[in-house]
Amino acid sequence: MSITAPPVAPTDTLLDFHDVEMTFPNGVVALHSVDLTVRRGEFVTVVGPSGCGKSTLLRIASGLEKNSHGTASTTTSRIGYVFQDATLLPWRSVTRNVELLAELHKTPKAERTAKAKEAIELVGLTGFETSLPKQLSGGMKMRTSLARSLTLDPELFLFDEPFGALDEITRERLNDELLRLFVEKQFAGLFITHSVSEAVYLSTRVIVMSGRPGTIVDEFEVPFPMPRDPDIRFTAEFAELVGKVSHALREGHS
Amino acid sequence: MSGSLVSSTTAVERNEARELRRANYRGRTYMSLWQPIVVFVGLVGVAYLIALYYDKVKQQSYLWPYPHQVIAQVWDPFFGPQLRQDLLNSSLVALTGLAAAIVIGVVWATLMAQAKWVERSFYPYAVVLQCIPILALVPLIGTLFGYEFFSRVLVTTMIALFPLVSNTLFGLLSADKAQRELFQLQGASRWTILTKLRFPAALPSIFVGLRTAAGLSVIGAIVGDQFFQRGQPGLGVLIQVATSRLNGPGTFAAILTASLLGVLVFIVFGALARLAIGRWYDF
Repeated sequence: MSITAPPVAPTDTLLDFHDVEMTFPNGVVALHSVDLTVRRGEFVTVVGPSGCGKSTLLRIASGLEKNSHGTASTTTSRIGYVFQDATLLPWRSVTRNVELLAELHKTPKAERTAKAKEAIELVGLTGFETSLPKQLSGGMKMRTSLARSLTLDPELFLFDEPFGALDEITRERLNDELLRLFVEKQFAGLFITHSVSEAVYLSTRVIVMSGRPGTIVDEFEVPFPMPRDPDIRFTAEFAELVGKVSHALREGHS
Repeated sequence: MSGSLVSSTTAVERNEARELRRANYRGRTYMSLWQPIVVFVGLVGVAYLIALYYDKVKQQSYLWPYPHQVIAQVWDPFFGPQLRQDLLNSSLVALTGLAAAIVIGVVWATLMAQAKWVERSFYPYAVVLQCIPILALVPLIGTLFGYEFFSRVLVTTMIALFPLVSNTLFGLLSADKAQRELFQLQGASRWTILTKLRFPAALPSIFVGLRTAAGLSVIGAIVGDQFFQRGQPGLGVLIQVATSRLNGPGTFAAILTASLLGVLVFIVFGALARLAIGRWYDF
């Protein structure tokens, strides 16, 4: 066949928030009038002060929480969610942890094993398949957690400050790994973080939120091409953009 | 590294992992034995001194026999077989009562873990069970259910139940929110979350409860005996009979046997816990 379906347009919207508000039963307004779209091929990072509702944004996107006003829609069911903690099951080996999600979807054993093997290779944990979580370092636990989400082959990948608890070296290393996965797998990413330089380094777009109630106060396109050279972190352009984002963050906070 | 298909962990990460593994290994080495043995020898020595005092000074050696006299009871042609038979009977009561307590305790706790309102409705009764002096109830149990095996088991179960209920409930509630949400995001059912997450997560504390309950079940079996003399008597009856006959060595032998049964159950359930979850859980 010479006629095939047209390739998926790069502007394909995977996540669409329109005028989303979140008021908790105790009256706290966590989000106020948030408009946000994430398209295929985009890696969007949200930075903001603690308690500004960043995580709530992800929880609504994943369906864990229901917004109280506005519309929040996703066009895919293949959604990966990486938690703040690795949330591994301590009684399962790396392989069995990575297999978990496929197991919950009743995927046949052989397919499950193959998927887990591929994902473990992708995150560089080959050789640690039979290790238990207590035998892994913090970075390796996070890699396992990433691998587990990768088995879903997600089109939309949600990250809730996944590297916040790691040391600087491991964190930078995992940032590079994540970018490599992004380039390779072409998912749409929505990433929450406290770190401005992490945000700029990882994303194609940075969104700045202000504190209670959380609203989007600014937005920056990141012009650096993918795949990214780790050394761009030391360029003047990078520093300038980090400065701008930090400035916006401070203004939104005061 | 950019562009490479297969990545690898950093040297720092690998070192850290190796160290963790070594630390885990160290944690598993067994407690040395010689220190408790020294204490044991000392205690036996003290027992001999007391026996000497009762024998020579007070001239009442039946009140505190020499340790070797106590041990000799095990081979005594009359007392030995009685001791073994009663030990068997008491063990049977303790284990049956414990088994019933495990089933009831785990089911009860699992039901309470399903919803806050169930927990609020039923947990107070677990506490009540813990608070009422069961000894006060024992005579009533006798008049209601007879003075034999069933009543003995019932007393044992009542005594052993609370630690199982409370520890299982605590364990089932211990799986953290993010872990539960991980399952919920994949549309996992309540049953799947229970069997694949909550129950395995609860195992360490279930085993803690089990070990406590096992010790209590031996107490329950002996207590039951003190009140119920009919049916197949156990070590509790033997202790009473030996005491009333001023059979010092017999009394001590029966008491020690009951104590050893308690220690044995404790050790067995400790080993069982290690076997079941020691691979991933550090005690």
